[in-house]
Amino acid sequence: MKIAVVQFPGSNCDQDCLRALREGLRVQAEYLWHKQTSVFGFDAVVLPGGFSYGDYLRCGAIARFSPIMRAVVRAATEGMPVIGICNGFQILCEAGLLPGALIRNRSLHFVCKPVWLRVETGETPITAELKGKNVLRMPVAHGEGSYFADEATLDALESKRQVVFRYADESGNVTPESNPNGSMRNIAGICNEARNVVGMMPHPDRAWDRKLGSEDGILIFGSLVEALEPVVSR
Amino acid sequence: MVGALMKVQVVVMPKQSVLDPQGVAVRNALKDLGLGTIDSVRVGKFLELEFKTPPDEAKLEEVCRDLLSNPVIEDYTIRRS
Repeated sequence: MKIAVVQFPGSNCDQDCLRALREGLRVQAEYLWHKQTSVFGFDAVVLPGGFSYGDYLRCGAIARFSPIMRAVVRAATEGMPVIGICNGFQILCEAGLLPGALIRNRSLHFVCKPVWLRVETGETPITAELKGKNVLRMPVAHGEGSYFADEATLDALESKRQVVFRYADESGNVTPESNPNGSMRNIAGICNEARNVVGMMPHPDRAWDRKLGSEDGILIFGSLVEALEPVVSR
Repeated sequence: MVGALMKVQVVVMPKQSVLDPQGVAVRNALKDLGLGTIDSVRVGKFLELEFKTPPDEAKLEEVCRDLLSNPVIEDYTIRRS
């Protein structure tokens, strides 16, 4: 099993993702440069956080057209797990792999702080094996993380159980106070209809070791690994 | 007019249904500066594209839709000089 971490010019959480996979989980993970045109040999793709192409025009707008994204879109359509974190989530929305968009935080401030997430569905590669935990702790760090979609799209996401995470309090109550950016319906992460493409604004890659303040992020990556290798890991 | 470039201007605006916190902040600042009758402000983008020969119209619409704007949250208009 091998997991790709895509590097765009301006990615800055690529190393965090790679270390979480290699050191946190002892699985094979390699960088994939944005100019590559294939994901051949990989079993899953992680699009890390950062400021791809300087976030020029809109976050993820230019990264979406980079050569590797054509291969990622193709692989995603064929069922490969694709996980977008922060800027990776923005890229997945721009690429049309996930519905909606991420717009400027309602406060206009860059928000960088730990948040609580309520897990809304176990039916995705990154939430299937969370060891019974349904409220997770990890940081957000973004200026454009306010999830927006029209009402019809939001209703469709709810009815098809595509909302994966919501901002909540420590007990898992979804409250306005726990929403760090003005996201509609407190949405922090969603998946596509086929459930293999998942985007989330919070950073599991910054919460995979006790030294980082939380280990909950390793559950996210660990779930992905178990989804890829169910027999070996059980 | 030797070498004159054709200019195409693209205006990208947030859709009415999308909250524009930047516009609200600018509105509040304008009010503080004494522009008391200000009602609302929306902040968009203005892009100026220069061409040596006129662009393919269909291609121009395509890039406006796919790259220069995000139809989920923005509308665009094309102006030709």
